[in-house]
Amino acid sequence: MLRIPCPHCGARDEIEFTYRGDATVARPGPDAGVDAFHDYLYLRTNPRGWQAEWWQHSSGCRAFLKLLRHTVTHEIRAVATATETLEVPGA
Amino acid sequence: MARYSGLRILGEGFRGNSGWQPAWRKPAPKASYDVVVIGGGGHGLATAFYLAEVHGIRNVAVLERGLIGQGNTGRNTTIVRSNYMLPENNNFYEHSLKLWEGLEQSLGYNVMMSQRGVINLFHNDAQRNAALRRGNSMRLNGIDAEIIDREGVKAMCPIVDLDNGRYPVMGGLLQRRGGTARHDAVAWGFAHAADARGVDIIEHCEVTGMIAEGGAIQGVRTSRGEIRAPKVGLAVAGHTSTLTEMAGFRVPIETHLLQAFVSEGLKPLIDCVVTFGAGHFYVSQSDKGGLVFGGGLDGYPSYGQRGTLPEAEHVYAAGVSMIPALGRLRGLRSWAGVMDMTPDGSFYICKTPVQGLYMTAGWCYGGFKATPGSGWCHAWTIAKDEPHRLNAAHTLDRFREGRMLDERGNGPFFWAQ
Repeated sequence: MLRIPCPHCGARDEIEFTYRGDATVARPGPDAGVDAFHDYLYLRTNPRGWQAEWWQHSSGCRAFLKLLRHTVTHEIRAVATATETLEVPGA
Repeated sequence: MARYSGLRILGEGFRGNSGWQPAWRKPAPKASYDVVVIGGGGHGLATAFYLAEVHGIRNVAVLERGLIGQGNTGRNTTIVRSNYMLPENNNFYEHSLKLWEGLEQSLGYNVMMSQRGVINLFHNDAQRNAALRRGNSMRLNGIDAEIIDREGVKAMCPIVDLDNGRYPVMGGLLQRRGGTARHDAVAWGFAHAADARGVDIIEHCEVTGMIAEGGAIQGVRTSRGEIRAPKVGLAVAGHTSTLTEMAGFRVPIETHLLQAFVSEGLKPLIDCVVTFGAGHFYVSQSDKGGLVFGGGLDGYPSYGQRGTLPEAEHVYAAGVSMIPALGRLRGLRSWAGVMDMTPDGSFYICKTPVQGLYMTAGWCYGGFKATPGSGWCHAWTIAKDEPHRLNAAHTLDRFREGRMLDERGNGPFFWAQ
């Protein structure tokens, strides 16, 4: 069971949250071309280690959050709001 | 080459079982091979077996980081079926099911294949229409499928609560040729048969890097030294992207957890495989008597091989809804496998951007039932350097080309497949 420290609501159980994907991919500009959109939609680094990811506090404040979470230990090291930046170690 | 037979078991019984030999050798790696297969699970061992058996390529090594069959091959619910809808998928899975049907004879090894039938329950008109559509799609491709009504479900699986207050059972889509197999024996059987045909199975040999020159694979670096090969096949389930990163490209894969559970042993209770239509739950009974069951993904990426409690609670809740008698049951064990989830829920058996590097990957939850078919098609693709028609559509490029194989229509979300 993860305990996720929501910046707005405090620490809550993972059942209140929904995973919403890798937070390191950025939507390309409208003229970026097919390859850029293909990479944005489909290709992932899928790290075995630290990953920045989107979570929505769907049963709480409903805000989108960025989490720095380890994909083997499940440790959560940092949380940020959607507009803040997260440093990913080793990335 | 009848190394295992009823007569042999009888004979060994009189000799204190002193005559059995290890089922495969433990060779040291050679400096080079014709083909190196990375991953000693069912898919990798099957690839090596079919390379030797069908294509006559016997100078093959299977490299395994740990021990044979201790990854996802031993971490599933052992269900075998081919009840898919899209022709690209159901033709492939039907080929795999046909290989299952003759697998014990091909391998000379008892994998305890049991065609006990798979029922997918439906609970309302819309689900019945979807089941009819899928069943018709199967029959158009020559696969057995039947719609059974409530009485049919009751006859095959009387323990199911037909009168669930919220989701009463209307009937089910039945594939009689589906069933279960003994997962560990599948790994051991393929290992035994591949070894007997000259394949080197090298355990405790972790791949640490890829050797490529001019965009072509030359071999791999491992914890037991460099191994050269002009062709390398990947069959590493959830760790596919870790290895493709070594080769310098990314793939449409995200690694998620899927849990499975087994209960204490019971007298015979469920003699088919039955899946709930109103929640993610599927169950069968092992030959030892334990109920083996599972549900959906835990919901976020992990390489942890251990499940989390909210999903375990959800699976048990769905199980009790379908079979209230399970409420008195005690769970015995649970475990999780790492699934390489793809954006459309279908798999990859294909060439890669690196010449001579091939992969069987992206199996989502469908890996176990695909084991012989995956090995067969992967071996074909490696041997001929081109896909068989059964896996021609299962490329890494299908998203770029707009040819998604999306059985469920969930959109490009890895965790939603």
